[in-house]
Amino acid sequence: MDNRVVITGLGVVAPNGNNLAEFTHAIKNGVSGIKFDEELAALNFSCQISGKPMLSAERIQNYFTELELKNLDSTGILYGVIAGMDAWQDAGLALNESDEPFYDYGAIFGTGTSGIDKFRKAIYKIDELQVKRLGSTVVSQTMASGITAYLSGKIGLGNQVTTNSSACATGTESLLMAYERIKAGQATCMIAGSTSDSGPYIWGGFDAMKVCTYKHNHEPEKGSRPMSTSASGFVPSSGAGALVVESLSHALQRGAKIYAEVLGGNVNSGGQRGLGTMTAPNPTAVQHCIKNAIKNAQIDAKDIDLVSGHLTATAKDALEIENWVKALNRSGKDFPYINGIKGMIGHTLSAAGSIECVAAVMQLHKNFIMPNVNCEDLNPDIEKLIDKSCVPTQLINQRISVVAKANFGFGDVNACVILKRYDNE
Amino acid sequence: MNNEKMINDLKEIITPYTENKEALNSITEQTDFLVDLKINSANLVDIILDIEEKFNIEIDNDSMAKMLNVKATIAIIQEKLAANAG
Repeated sequence: MDNRVVITGLGVVAPNGNNLAEFTHAIKNGVSGIKFDEELAALNFSCQISGKPMLSAERIQNYFTELELKNLDSTGILYGVIAGMDAWQDAGLALNESDEPFYDYGAIFGTGTSGIDKFRKAIYKIDELQVKRLGSTVVSQTMASGITAYLSGKIGLGNQVTTNSSACATGTESLLMAYERIKAGQATCMIAGSTSDSGPYIWGGFDAMKVCTYKHNHEPEKGSRPMSTSASGFVPSSGAGALVVESLSHALQRGAKIYAEVLGGNVNSGGQRGLGTMTAPNPTAVQHCIKNAIKNAQIDAKDIDLVSGHLTATAKDALEIENWVKALNRSGKDFPYINGIKGMIGHTLSAAGSIECVAAVMQLHKNFIMPNVNCEDLNPDIEKLIDKSCVPTQLINQRISVVAKANFGFGDVNACVILKRYDNE
Repeated sequence: MNNEKMINDLKEIITPYTENKEALNSITEQTDFLVDLKINSANLVDIILDIEEKFNIEIDNDSMAKMLNVKATIAIIQEKLAANAG
């Protein structure tokens, strides 16, 4: 029989909160993490605002040895390890002090790239004929799986330890991959998460594509405007989110705190067919993904109380709403509440899915619907589809049962997970 | 440079790479980096980079391969320093 799968630990490092408590307070209160970015300005970026986690040296020292910090130049690994270790501790699980790996515990921790600053310095050294002077950590910091390699070593994980990568859908996909593995009985406990590097060398490509806003350099906190009439592109940002996913029986057996249940979900691709391209989603595939997620979770679209959208603050937000409306077959006042976090923290790229899943779980667990920030001027194309009251701009304290969370990424890839409040049974 | 001073300099360089701080305190010419100090072999290249910087010398691949204990390491540093002086 398939295992039921629950979430028992959360960790997050976001531009508006460095740990779960700070982050939860921030998303409830619409606290922005977007700031003017001197470095982007100095490098002539069009978009000169960004969202970065602010971590103190003291905090970092709790997670890394002196030696690891000596040459650490991968913000993605830094954020990911902190979020992952926090989630593990939050779940009440111990670090492995024995010589035997935890064979039933693993990690699927995604990223888009790893150690891009480390890579940049290595490339300069190689071109200066100094390959000999690279040191020993270029590989471990720049391999995509660097984050899971660091994390699994610190905890002593012995089940599958891997890194997935599916652009902005990465984090939602990693949660679903971990869910599948536990459901099938291949593992009892997995850390699912994703992270993203910070800085100009990761964000430059987006700036060049003109998908980031350049209109709000003088008012950073107003810059990220999902669903707004005045949305003009996303704000680049970074961070990491992590969720400990576990079989219900294992969680009950050890008396773990249970945040929520993963009912199911779906990942798919639009194949870059129809209206789908490298950068634009195929709407039919998006709807297919959401419908299949609902079917897989064995719920009805009517059961969904809250949609946690991808909603990046580009021209595609209205199309996303249209896809939700069609997939759920709910519109106007009948549409569920919908919100997104990117108005507060920008688009954390490969970390987005995980940070947003953490937010979705906290809303289920703590009985609230976070406000949408910077969309007081709701896009009229959206208002034609759903009632304005479905897009809260103020915090709503309300018990909700089911959240549908989706992310969509470059390459025309989609992921949708259905999360349910867990009441002690 | 006398050996005692050089051992102290080496000790300083090696400190972040070993978790066995006790063995580091009783470091002698006979101390082996991997066996006695439990240094991860991947870090030997980092130690050599730090030595190059500290003593302003260049260490070739063949010499590097020999630098597995304090005695051999000091001998190679002395040799390179002498070559520089010459």
